[in-house]
Amino acid sequence: MPVSKLVGAKVKRREDPRLIRGLGQYVDDINLPNTLHVAILRSPHAHARIKSIETDAARRHPGVVAVVTGAEIKDQIGTLPTSGGNETLRVPKHYVLAADKVCHVGEGIAAVVAEERYTAPDALDLIRVEYELLPVVSDPEKALAPGSPVIHSEWPDNVAFRSDLKHGNLAKAFKEADKIITQRLVHQRLAPIAIEPRGVLAHYLSSDKELTVWSSTQIPHMLKSHLSQMLKLSEKQVRVIAPEVGGGFGSKLNVYAEEGLLGYLALKLNCPVKWTEGRRENIQATIHGRGQVGDVEAAVKKDGTILGLRYKVIADIGAYHQLFTPAIPPFTGLMLSGCYKIPAISIDLTAAFTNKMSTDAYRGAGRPEATYVIERMVDRIAQELRIDPVKVRKKNFPKPAEFPFKTATGVAYDSGNYQLALNKALKIVGYEKLRRDQKRLRSQRRYLGIGLSTYVEICAMGPKGMWEYGKVEVEPTGKVRVLSGASPHGQGQETSFAQIVADQLGVEMDDITVIHGDTAAVAKGIGTFGSRATAVGGIAIYQAAEKVKEKARELASHFLEVDADDLVFSDGRFSVKGVPKKGLTVQQIAQEAHRAKNLPKKMEPRLSAESTFEPSNFTFPFGTHICVVEVEPQTGKIGIKKYVAVDDCGKVINPLLVDGQIQGGIVQGLGQALYEEVVYDENGQLLTGSLMNYALPRAADLPRLNLTRTETPTPVNPLGIKGIGEAGTIGSTPAVVNAVVDALAPFGVTHIDMPLTPQKIWSLCQETKAAGSGGRR
Amino acid sequence: MDAATKKKVSIRINGVEHSHEVEPRLLLVHFLRDVIGLTGTHIGCETSICGACTIMLDNAAVKSCTVLAVQADGADLLTIEGLAQGEKLHPLQEAFWECHGLQCGYCTPGMILCAHQLLLRNPQPAEDEIRHALDGNLCRCTGYQHIVDAVQQAAKRMGQKTKK
Repeated sequence: MPVSKLVGAKVKRREDPRLIRGLGQYVDDINLPNTLHVAILRSPHAHARIKSIETDAARRHPGVVAVVTGAEIKDQIGTLPTSGGNETLRVPKHYVLAADKVCHVGEGIAAVVAEERYTAPDALDLIRVEYELLPVVSDPEKALAPGSPVIHSEWPDNVAFRSDLKHGNLAKAFKEADKIITQRLVHQRLAPIAIEPRGVLAHYLSSDKELTVWSSTQIPHMLKSHLSQMLKLSEKQVRVIAPEVGGGFGSKLNVYAEEGLLGYLALKLNCPVKWTEGRRENIQATIHGRGQVGDVEAAVKKDGTILGLRYKVIADIGAYHQLFTPAIPPFTGLMLSGCYKIPAISIDLTAAFTNKMSTDAYRGAGRPEATYVIERMVDRIAQELRIDPVKVRKKNFPKPAEFPFKTATGVAYDSGNYQLALNKALKIVGYEKLRRDQKRLRSQRRYLGIGLSTYVEICAMGPKGMWEYGKVEVEPTGKVRVLSGASPHGQGQETSFAQIVADQLGVEMDDITVIHGDTAAVAKGIGTFGSRATAVGGIAIYQAAEKVKEKARELASHFLEVDADDLVFSDGRFSVKGVPKKGLTVQQIAQEAHRAKNLPKKMEPRLSAESTFEPSNFTFPFGTHICVVEVEPQTGKIGIKKYVAVDDCGKVINPLLVDGQIQGGIVQGLGQALYEEVVYDENGQLLTGSLMNYALPRAADLPRLNLTRTETPTPVNPLGIKGIGEAGTIGSTPAVVNAVVDALAPFGVTHIDMPLTPQKIWSLCQETKAAGSGGRR
Repeated sequence: MDAATKKKVSIRINGVEHSHEVEPRLLLVHFLRDVIGLTGTHIGCETSICGACTIMLDNAAVKSCTVLAVQADGADLLTIEGLAQGEKLHPLQEAFWECHGLQCGYCTPGMILCAHQLLLRNPQPAEDEIRHALDGNLCRCTGYQHIVDAVQQAAKRMGQKTKK
């Protein structure tokens, strides 16, 4: 494989040798001498006033170093930050430990610091808290109803924010419609469940007045800024390190109470302090995703043309805003058009406070909800109008020549060829034959379902402030250091970034080191989320490498005493046109640039360059997913027979990594469709508080996924890459649900809310049977 | 806890004998991580659901988050750190690398050891047998497909080796 052809090649990951040997260092694996262990007392109640806390017994417990309560430290640590939202946003004060009242199960109240790991939780048991229980509201619709208990008494009701956006002529659309199809859709709460729970280790070096915080985070640079504000330190006094991070999926794209608390404790105790989240804590006190309930109305012509869409939705925020909570539901509104030409769209959004953990970005973050709304509705339309769902989709797609395609909601889809992806998927799955099989099997009372999802997503966050930073430095030894402000945690950019640089500079992969996740090593950065690390961070690195190459060209021209235009670059070497023997390698140039004995006038020593990249627009990956299921009405069991995905994420750097992202994403989206739901009861008690009752997809539940791609480059960045981190999750959920609903069409089923548990399916089949069977509901 | 209530355990880990005085309640996974310093065995759920803490105890894959260190007294353990022979990776490690069978890597040590047990019992498993065997190990990143591929590849390579 020639080195200049690394981009696009299946290159094995450079991250793996340490990970497959168990040598990766996650936060809890890092041990500093004399580290103290922190455990947090969490509220067992969803809504209560703290009347008193008795901590003396805990303080006296052998091995306990300190006990702090929310009331004691309230004024010493800033509140947790939030960003996004409009002028209606209400931001309740969110302390790192609750001071006088708790608003959800799992909210921290007090912390014990002890010498040993097991001593801290022992001492928690000795803390006595007297609560005055307050009325609870856990359902977002009830939270907005008149007479509901109000969670934050600063405001008259539980509205966290509102927006009512209307695009296009809705009145006309609904007037001209042959049919108006309505559907209520629930996007249940999900727990991200990164297999590594969160963890924080903080250490204050008083001699240097520097606080170092190791955190299992996706955003070390943002965390550093926020922590310095919360702890009233200057930014240069705070260093954040994201070591090996065991998955994030958005759940570590945040600033959490424990990060502030541990920073504070490290400063106060002048000793390293560590907190490792347990899984129970993780489900109680790490953000949840989704949590929307809405009513959709679609105005359609008889031929399936979609004229307009109205979505009235309530977003379940939880008790407080976390970092990006207010930014997530608006994404749903932005992407409601899906991959269709819909001239009029409205989204009437009300976000409600409830006595639950906050919702925030979880893989897809607002877009899976949009895709689910539009893709479920397209199938509802097809079913109502008795048209093949493929036809409804094709009828409403914009044509390839119509790109950049501007939606009614105001976004400009960069590039796309939706027909191509759909046709390819139909061919692979054998659509026509499947429809015939379906018909045949129904006569034998076997229920096959074919579900489509043609999705488009918005990613590579993004324009307007979401830049990323990269630096490429050729050392005098010829080795290359690449620094990125992105913070990969499983995606594999130590490999793909090296591929980009190896191609640009013609150097060996093995000579390149990619450094990330340490604010002391990398000057600035934003982080890894929103499918941006390669499509934004990778471009910053590409640009930096370009600059390095240009500087190398100037230097080569100077050293070889020829015009820069007379140099050709190949395999890491500049040579004189027509005189291939006369030339210099990048490594030789780097050495000279470091020695700096004979540099062109005004040129700085060293062969290095940095760059920030802020894209002019988002990118819009798209594709078609088709899921084929067989449902057993007698048991409610859903068997997935086939899964075909055709995804288009523009140009691909490393197909191995892209496949990995898509496969993982599909299974996560399938988890939402079939298994997962965070359930709180009406008292705000968390009923799915461990992995024993929060069900995740397992290897045996799944079919072999059949993946392929189309490749429509984006014009938004020079590499044409769109990003692939979330596509699978966005595309898969509606494909699975559409398949199950399609299978049960003979029972008159038109919609089922997720997760599609066997119990739900079985009950539905029983009900319709009892109702006489076969009739449309 | 005072020394009187501590118990002495002698456990062989990756071929090396270790003896320590431990609290009777100390979990085996914490013994490995905090006492011995082998942090390749991870903790993901503390309820034996996720399998991140899977190790081999006397040739059987167990979830070390629900075994007490004192229960492992006298046992012979294999953790992820003991699987490779020096620089030479085990075929499963090679295959996980080649097939992109891991992303964040957190579930990987447990996943590999679970697959190791499968191949000891069933050297040429079919795809559904692999999926069934890995059912007690959760991965949130990969969707399992590349993991299944990796186990198949390792089985194939190990099979070829034994034939030779």
